[in-house]
Amino acid sequence: MPAQPHDAIDPAGPAGVPVDPSTGRLVFGWLLVGIPLAYGVITTLSRVGQLFQ
Amino acid sequence: MNWLDRSRSIAPPGFNRWLIPPAALAVHLCIGQAYATSVYKSALIGHFGLSQTAIGIIFSIAIVMLGLSAAIMGTWVERSGPRKSMFVAASFWGAGFLVGAAGIFTSQLWLVYLGYGFIGGIGLGIGYISPVSTLMKWFPDRPGMATGMAIMGFGGGALIASPMSSALLKFFDGFNPATDGADWIASGNSVGKLFLTLGVLYFAVMMYGVLNIRVPAPGWMPRGWDPSKAKVSAMVTTKQVSAANAIKTRSFWLVWAVLFLNVTAGIGILEQASPMIQDFFRGADGNSAVNAAVAAGFVGMLSIGNMAGRFIWSSASDLIGRKRIYMVYLGAGALFYVVLAFFGGSSMLLFVAMAVVIISFYGGSFATAPAYLKDLFGTFQVGAIHGRLLTAWSAAGIAGPLIVNGLLDAQGKPGTMNAHNYLPVLLTMVGLLVIGFVASTLIRPVDAKYHEPEEALASSRKGS
Repeated sequence: MPAQPHDAIDPAGPAGVPVDPSTGRLVFGWLLVGIPLAYGVITTLSRVGQLFQ
Repeated sequence: MNWLDRSRSIAPPGFNRWLIPPAALAVHLCIGQAYATSVYKSALIGHFGLSQTAIGIIFSIAIVMLGLSAAIMGTWVERSGPRKSMFVAASFWGAGFLVGAAGIFTSQLWLVYLGYGFIGGIGLGIGYISPVSTLMKWFPDRPGMATGMAIMGFGGGALIASPMSSALLKFFDGFNPATDGADWIASGNSVGKLFLTLGVLYFAVMMYGVLNIRVPAPGWMPRGWDPSKAKVSAMVTTKQVSAANAIKTRSFWLVWAVLFLNVTAGIGILEQASPMIQDFFRGADGNSAVNAAVAAGFVGMLSIGNMAGRFIWSSASDLIGRKRIYMVYLGAGALFYVVLAFFGGSSMLLFVAMAVVIISFYGGSFATAPAYLKDLFGTFQVGAIHGRLLTAWSAAGIAGPLIVNGLLDAQGKPGTMNAHNYLPVLLTMVGLLVIGFVASTLIRPVDAKYHEPEEALASSRKGS
C-alpha cells in the first residue's frame, strides 16, 4: 500500500517508539514565534496594570 | 535561485500543516514593527532638528507603499508562490532598515524616506500578503482561523518591537536610571544602531519563514475533511474568479467599502487613544484624572485588543459566516461607539471595555477579509485580490486621521477638551459604521459571468 498523507512516521525512534519527524520542527517553530509574542504581551500587560490601580 | 520557486516548495506527503502558521507568523511578527515607530519618533525629531510632520512622513510613505505594493505585486506574489515572495519581502524589509540607518548616521533624511519608507514599505506590502493564500489552501476547513493567526502576528509585532526597541535604545545609549530622567530621549546614533540591529534580526527571522513555508500538493486535502460534505452556503463559491475580473464586480467594491469604513472608524480611536482617555476624565478644574502612564496602559490594552480580535473574530467567522461577522463588526461597533460617546465618561471600566471591543472589531475586519475574498472569489488568485483590497487600508489611513483631527481641531486645543468635545467625532464614526453595515447587507455571490472557465483553470494548474 502506498504511503498516505500524515502517515510519515519514523520507525527508528528509541526502543521502537514511533517518532513523528516533524515534532521537533513544530516545537522549534512555535517557540520561535511564541516566546517573543509572550514577551510582548507580558510587558504590555504590565503597563495595562496601571490603568486600574 | 531555483530553490525559491513554487515548484520547489511543494510539500511532500505527510507534511504537517501546523508547520505553516509559525512560518507565516515569522513574517508578520517582523513587519508588524511598522505599528511601533512611535518609540523612536522623538529621537529622530531631535536628531534631524525637524518637525513632527517631517519625521511622520517616513511612516506615511511606508504605509502608502504597503497598499501600493500589495495591490501592484499581488498577481506576481500569487504566481511566484510564498517562498520567493517572502524572500523578496525579507530582503526589502531588512534592506529598508539598513538604508534607513545609513540616512540616520549621515543625517540625510531623504535616505530614511527611501530606506524605511519606500524600500521597507515594499517589503511590508509583499510580506503582508505573501503567506495568506497559502494558509487558506492548507486550512480549507478553517480559513478564517488560519489567516487570523498570521494577521494576528502583524498586530503582535508591535507588542514585541515596542519594548524591545526601548530596551535596545537604552543599551546603545548607556542609559542610567539614576542620572537619566523620565524625559530621557534616545540619541540619533542609537536609533541608527537600532535600525542596523532590526534589519539583520528581522531578515534572519523572516528567513525561517522562507525556509519552512510549503504549498500543498495539487489535490491535497486535510485528513478526514470532505469538501462535498462541508456546510453549503450561497455566500461560499466553489468557482474561481481572477483578480482582473474580481475588481469588476460589485461585491469586491462593497467589501472594499466595508473595510475602508470599519478601518476609518477604528483609526478614530487608535489615533487619539492617549489624549482621548485623558480628555474623557478631565475634571471641572481642567485637570485630568488620567496621567500619561495610565494613558500608556490604555494604549497597550488597545494593542492587545487589536491583536486578539484578529484571531478570535476571524476564527469565529468560520462558524457563523463572513457576512454575519462583518455585520457584527459594523452594527455592534456602531452601538458601542454610541455607548462610548454618551456614557464613556461615567466609568473608566466602561470606557476601556467599549474601546477595546471596538478595536478588536477593527483588527477582526483585517483578519477576516482574506477568508471573505476566498468565499466570494475562490482561491485561484485570492492573494492578488487581497492585495488590491488593501488599498482600502491606505485610503483609510489618510481619511481617518484627517476626519478625526479636523473635527477635534474645531472643538478646541489639545489638553483643554472634555468628553463632550468628542461627540462630533464619535457620532461621525457611528455614521460611517452604519453606512458600512448597509454596504455589507448588499454583498451578494459573484455573477457566473465572472467565473474562470474550467479549461483555463486546468491549464493554469499545469503551468504552476
